[in-house]
Amino acid sequence: MSSDYEFSDNDDFEYNDDEDMLDDDEGSASDMEMDNINDDFKIDKGPKIKVYEVEHDSLPQDAVVYLMRQDIEHISGIFGVDSEVASLLLRHMNWNKERLIEKYMDNVNAVSVAAGIAPPERSPEPSSSHGGPRRSSRLGFTKSSKSKSAEPSPPASEPFVCPICFDDTQQKTLSLTCGHLYCTACWSTYVSSKVRTEGESWITCMAENCTLVAPDSFVRTALADDTQTWARFQELLVRHFVSCMPSLKYCPYPSCTNTVSCPGAASKSALTSIVPTVHCGASDTHVFCFGCAIDTDHRPVICAVAKMWLQKCRDDSETANWIKSNTKECSKCQSTIEKNGGCNHMTCKKCKYEFCWVCMGPWSEHGTAWYSCNRYDEKASVDARDAQSRSRASLERYLQYYNRWANHEQSARLSAELYAKTEQKMEEMQLASALSWIEVQFMRKAVDESVRCRGTLKWTYSMAYYLEKGNEKELFEDNQRDLERAVEELSELIESPIDPEVIMSLRQKVTDKTVYVQKRNEIMLEDTARGFLDGRWKWNVDVEGFEKD
Amino acid sequence: MAVSSRRLQKELAEIQKQGTPVGITLLSADDFQTWLFSVEVLGETVYAGEVFALMFRFDGQYPIQPPAVQFLVDEKYTSPVHPHVYSNGHICASILGNEWSPVLSVVAVCVTIQSMLASCKKKERPPDNDRYVRHAPDNPKKTQFVYHDDTGIS
Repeated sequence: MSSDYEFSDNDDFEYNDDEDMLDDDEGSASDMEMDNINDDFKIDKGPKIKVYEVEHDSLPQDAVVYLMRQDIEHISGIFGVDSEVASLLLRHMNWNKERLIEKYMDNVNAVSVAAGIAPPERSPEPSSSHGGPRRSSRLGFTKSSKSKSAEPSPPASEPFVCPICFDDTQQKTLSLTCGHLYCTACWSTYVSSKVRTEGESWITCMAENCTLVAPDSFVRTALADDTQTWARFQELLVRHFVSCMPSLKYCPYPSCTNTVSCPGAASKSALTSIVPTVHCGASDTHVFCFGCAIDTDHRPVICAVAKMWLQKCRDDSETANWIKSNTKECSKCQSTIEKNGGCNHMTCKKCKYEFCWVCMGPWSEHGTAWYSCNRYDEKASVDARDAQSRSRASLERYLQYYNRWANHEQSARLSAELYAKTEQKMEEMQLASALSWIEVQFMRKAVDESVRCRGTLKWTYSMAYYLEKGNEKELFEDNQRDLERAVEELSELIESPIDPEVIMSLRQKVTDKTVYVQKRNEIMLEDTARGFLDGRWKWNVDVEGFEKD
Repeated sequence: MAVSSRRLQKELAEIQKQGTPVGITLLSADDFQTWLFSVEVLGETVYAGEVFALMFRFDGQYPIQPPAVQFLVDEKYTSPVHPHVYSNGHICASILGNEWSPVLSVVAVCVTIQSMLASCKKKERPPDNDRYVRHAPDNPKKTQFVYHDDTGIS
């Protein structure tokens, strides 16, 4: 125990190769610039990707549209159809080109019908009454201004009455190639309702049982000046495309339209060895896990284990806590007992053992001091409590991990408060010393780092809970302990009162500690990530994708 | 005037001019929010002698979005015992949901429901009736039905 506290000596040892960092402060306040400050906190400036990071690209909506376009052109070229037909075919097949090609070669008609390009039956083909050539390879729609078009519409002598709104003053009509004619206003309301209310981009003809689907240009025309809905429609198309691609994910942050491409995490099996925490690129805060929706960043633990842990916490933690705080176990038969009233003289209902609720020792030794127990330290009582604690080991074990996990979770929730407090402190510091605003940023950096490390720590507890006992777990927990201690020390420094006399030395200490903490965090993340890649981690339960040995 | 009112006005005028199909009678249509029809099944049927009331509720989105349709259950009317009709009157029929077309009308819905009853051979409730009714929303449109595909209708 005592040697653990010698730890600060080791600190120097850990990073005295970073000399410029330690010496930096001698140059003192005046010529410090933001860059230098940032350098202070950098450990590894190499552009090389770290082992716990995953390569990914950020794609704005336009870039995804470009990808879609490429696929559409590819299909359009192969099938000799126009791009709108190709687009509908691809959307129908969930953008699976191979399957589409296979199916299309197999049965053009069936695919065209299913994709909403051609009407189901060919028998009542109105091609003779139809002006242009009517093939499924060309998609169009009919726009008329109460013209004498050859559509199956009322004779030109009668005014057109839209069968939906029954308005005969509407002059403009639209229809898909099926020829079901409705007024432009109804189409517009319908398309807009589909897009905005239902979030649907697969818009079928309004006629009953008509399966034809509106191509993009038709939607555009129907929406006319409603550019907002048109933009939403395009977003829906992009979202659908992204959801069909295993290597793409839409940024889950509200109103963000960026997409992340992460081919390395596209397969389920990849998720057993990497934790794909990605940035969408739109903002620093848009961080999410490519593999799951559990938490934005659950490094170092993999998705499956994090998920299992959260499930367990949801199921068990309250029950376990209740049992822990409201019950004790009979020292004889280990039945769980809830004391719901009465005196401390307990008689186990099951084995009839009589004991004292306070000290857990046998009641027979309480003599005449009947209803007050002052025997807490007597041997019999201590033994009884020891026995009890042993029998509760598994519950305790879980709660130990859970409480630490919850503690860091709680800290993360309070981080906003901590930031506010720190801000205030930084102002005080400026008043109390000759330091400039930029020079007191070290406090903010320290808070940033402690928040980040607590995030890592939090998830290490879920991992440790499931790690099988052995050397590997011990090494893991050593790293965890080092990080935990370093973070606590840093937190203490952050919270320490400001004494004008020692601000400069506090600054030095905080900066050093921040670097150290950062390094410990790197080690934790790196070693765990490497462990996953090497297949070093063994679990004490079945984890999806791992072989139990 | 809003499209929904104009359209309903037109439908009402048509009903008043041409009448309703056999077995279907307009009970009330005092506004453009709620309409009531009585429905009975004629000919050979398991519902001989029974009269039901169909309630339509419209919002401003009609006819682009379907109306909320259900059987009225009160002191006078009951819900027909049918594999796609819950005891609270809610109906599981795809044309009231994802197969709705703005071209369909109130009378067309009545006829569809009537034929749904007519094709019924055995009077029984949906298998999940109790569970559904216990938690059902007031408005059947808020329910995401999974259409049991065993008749032509639903």
